[in-house]
Order: sequence, then C-alpha cells, then structure tokens
Amino acid sequence: MSNFLPPSVQAVLPNIIQLVYLLATGVFIMGIKRLGSPATARSGNQLAALGMFIGVIVTLFDQQIISYELIIAGIVVGSAIGAFAAKKVEMTAMPEMVAIFNGFGGGASALVAWGEFVRIGAPTMLAGQDLVTIGLSILIGSITFTGSFIAFGKLKGFISGNPVTFPGQNIFNALLTVGTLVLVGWLTYDPSSQLAFWLIFGIALLLGILTVMPIGGADMPVVISLLNSYSGLAASMAGFVINNNLLIISGALVGAAGLILTNIMCNAMNRSLGNVLFGAFGGNDSSESGPAADTDKTVRETTADDVAIQCIYANKVIIVPGYGLAVAQAQHVLKEVADKLEKKGVEVKYGIHPVAGRMPGHMNVLLAEADVPYDQLYDMEQINPDFKSTDVVLIIGANDVVNPTAKTEPGSPIYGMPIMNVDDAERTIVFKRSLSPGFAGIDNPLFYKESNQMFFGDAKDSLQAITQALNEV
Amino acid sequence: MSGLIFNLFIFVLASFVGFELISKVPPTLHTPLMSGANAISGITIIGALVIAGQVDQEFAQIIGFMAIVFATINVVGGFMVTDRMLEMFKKKDKNDE
Repeated sequence: MSNFLPPSVQAVLPNIIQLVYLLATGVFIMGIKRLGSPATARSGNQLAALGMFIGVIVTLFDQQIISYELIIAGIVVGSAIGAFAAKKVEMTAMPEMVAIFNGFGGGASALVAWGEFVRIGAPTMLAGQDLVTIGLSILIGSITFTGSFIAFGKLKGFISGNPVTFPGQNIFNALLTVGTLVLVGWLTYDPSSQLAFWLIFGIALLLGILTVMPIGGADMPVVISLLNSYSGLAASMAGFVINNNLLIISGALVGAAGLILTNIMCNAMNRSLGNVLFGAFGGNDSSESGPAADTDKTVRETTADDVAIQCIYANKVIIVPGYGLAVAQAQHVLKEVADKLEKKGVEVKYGIHPVAGRMPGHMNVLLAEADVPYDQLYDMEQINPDFKSTDVVLIIGANDVVNPTAKTEPGSPIYGMPIMNVDDAERTIVFKRSLSPGFAGIDNPLFYKESNQMFFGDAKDSLQAITQALNEV
Repeated sequence: MSGLIFNLFIFVLASFVGFELISKVPPTLHTPLMSGANAISGITIIGALVIAGQVDQEFAQIIGFMAIVFATINVVGGFMVTDRMLEMFKKKDKNDE
C-alpha cells in the first residue's frame, strides 16, 4: 500500500507510523477517561473506537505488509460476526458476551505470538528475550482463551455452574503453572525445540479450563473481570513480541482496568481473590442447612393490594433489585410501578449492590435498558444511610445482599460481606418465588423479621399485579 | 537500554496511568467500562495485520488470518455493544416528569 508514496516519504514512513501510534495511544487514554462519567461515556467509547481505527489504518502502510487478500477477508468475517453478536445480544446476557469477546481477544494475542514464531522460521536467530515474551504471550493468551470459553459455558448453563473439582486440583494446577514457566525457560535455552513450544501451548490451553472449572457461578463477576485483565496483559505481551508500544500501552491500560474491577468485586463479597479462585465456593452441599431454619419461624405474607397501599402512603420507597429481577425479565414492569408511585408524589430510588448482577455494573445496564434514569440509581455506600428514613423497601430478586447474617453471625459463609442495610427501614417487602436460599445457600433471617413481609411469586407477575392495584387505588 | 527493558518501562508506566484513569469510574459504568476496555484489548489486531500481510511464510499468514478474525470480533463486537449500552444511559429529563 505504501508503493505509491514518493521514495522520500517511504524513507521516513516507519517513523510516521510510530508517531501515529503515539496519537492513537493518546486517543485511547482520552477515551478511557471519558468513559469515567455517564454524561461523556458514549463519546469516550467512540473516541476509543476511533483510536483503534487510526491504529489499524496506519498499520496497513507498514512495508512488511504486501498481500491484502487475507487481511480484508479476516476483517470482513470478524466484523460480520462481531456486529451480529453485538446487535443481537440480550442485555441479561452481557456477561457471556464480554466473556466470549475476551476469549477471542486473548486467543488473537496467542495467535500473534505463534504467527511471529512461525514467521521468523529460524527461531534460533531470536534473542532470548524475544523467546521469553513469545512463550509468555502464548501462555497468557491461551489461558484467557479457554478460560473465557469455560466462563461463557458456565454463564450460559452449558457447563455446571457448581464448582467442578477433583482432589489435589489446586496442587495439580500449581504444578502445571510452574511446569509451563520451566518450559518457557527451556524454549529460551533451545529455541529450535518444537516440543517445548507445543507443550507450552497445550498446557496453557488446559490451564485455562482447569482454573475456571472449579469456580462457582456466583463468582463469575470476579472471573470475568480477571480474564478481562488477562486479555489486556496478553495484548501487552504480544506488543513485547512484535516490539509495538501501542499494543504494550493499550494492553496495560486494559490490564489495569480488569484488575481494579476484580478488586472491587472481591471487596463487595468480602472475599480474597485467592479464596475466589481456589476456594470452590457456592456448592450444592450447603443447601442441607436450609430447610431446618423455617420450621420454627413464621413469615408474614402480603398481597398486591397491600403492597400498593403501603407504597402510596409512603414518602420514600427504595427498590433493591437483584439478578432474580432480570431472570424474570421484570425490569420494565418495575419501571412502570416506580413511575406510577412518582406520579403520586412518592420519592423512588434504586439501591444497587455491587454484585447485584452477573458482572460489575450489570444491574445498572439492565435498569438503563428499562429507561430508568441513571441519576435515580444509587450505590450501596450512597444509599445505606438512607434506609433509616425510608418507609418501604422493595427487595426484588435479591437475597444474599440483604442478608443480615453478614453483619451478625461470624459463622456465616457471607460474614463480613458488605450488605444493603434494608432492615433499618420501617418496612421491607421481599419479592421471591419461595423461601429457598440464594447463591450462597444460606437462610436469610430478614424474612422472619417483624418489619418484613413476603410477596411470593414470579417477580414479573407480582409487579404486574401491583401496577393493577395502583391503578385502582 | 535493551528493547525488553525499554518496553518494560512503557508497560509499567502505562499500568499506572490505567490505575489512575479507571479507579474513579462510578459503579454505574462498570459494565460498559469492562466491555469497552475489552474492545481495546483487541488492539492485538495490529500485530495480526503484519503477520497476515507478509508473504514469506504461508503458514504464518494463515495463523495471522485467524488472529485477524478473532481480534476483529473482539474489536467490532466490543465497541458496538458498548455503544448500544451507553446509548441507554439517560439522565432524567423533562419528558419523564
């Protein structure tokens, strides 16, 4: 593509390309910065896309690129698949989508390293440091690739959401990890060793599967965030391989983003990253402690009319949504209820726990889809002091995030997890199908409190009944 | 300074920039941030372009082609779905009242 340029321009072309990469880097950083506020986020994302476009276009002028058929074919196929998936995906399925895109990104980075290894043809000519980066790039990229596909399968339900474990798994995985690092060393020592190369590739793919399989479905927000970080690292490593600063910087930015989100998710569940990755939390075995609890305690059931009346006479209502709301596809009906209440002069807010959805911030997206304005959505820290002055709290499809045992019982598996202080409110109403325990498999004493009422049934049906009742009041 | 060390400097400094930029993002935007960042990690497409476009090694070209497909799915899908989400984020306006 650079042939038509005058020789004087061709001579400085590599420098021009690098300068444009620098520009693209700046555009990425500006884009991510703008992603930090709801008002500017959309333009931030578009800016980042522009940065990517600039980077791709200028790369096409690279003098090493001679043939364009495969490039065009690849871009057309990839764009078609990506665009189709992006248009079709349901907002509830966002975590799966991010997981699978992640996997493709990681896979691409591993392929770039592999392609570079093959392209050089005589790897013995490579310096040791290049072989180290190729090995690491393949390692991280492959783990991201298979790990993301397992996470996708778990979220979709193709693979059991329960932790899948076998005895000695953690030790086995640790040995494999050390083994691949030794293999990277071997490859550096003997670059002509195809065996070392293929073992790194194979074991890394296996490691991705083995490290995600033992993690429970409830912990997927952490896993997706972490895999997101890995995909950034993989891109960065690929940048080391091909000596490209744009890749190194962009990859590092993504790696940092993923790490921060991983940390936020871990804090929200009061678990360490180590415990999430190796603890195999959230199995079926804990359900046996469930039924024992509800024999001696009673719950107060309520009806749609009663809920409607209580809400109308309230000054302030806070809605605490959980993933159950999204499963029941009840966001839109919920918004209707909230609108009706606001028309009657009731102040309505939404309180959102960081792990309310299946990935960080998922619930906010689901409510945004139902046209709930974002300035009505409050984080846990913002809303918690508010519950004291609230008349009615509607808890819909959420359980563990409002379980007071997190504060009161040191023996509880969720002890120490920050929760929504809904029991500070005058009245709480829990919308639930049954008294069954949530993800963590533990009973919730909130249900038996005197200030609490239960509204049993499917969230969507229940909310529809309340809209009806509100019309009649 | 060798290439690897120089690249490490860039990597570490960029990581700090990333932490600074992202630690202030409010929880409301965490999902779009993640999917947007995810799209950016598809930057690896730039490496794929060079490998698919050279003509010295046919097998490497094929690997490069696969890498382009994977990375483009990541980039195009990631940016589009992020845009779709962010389009829905609205402030409360007068029409709502």
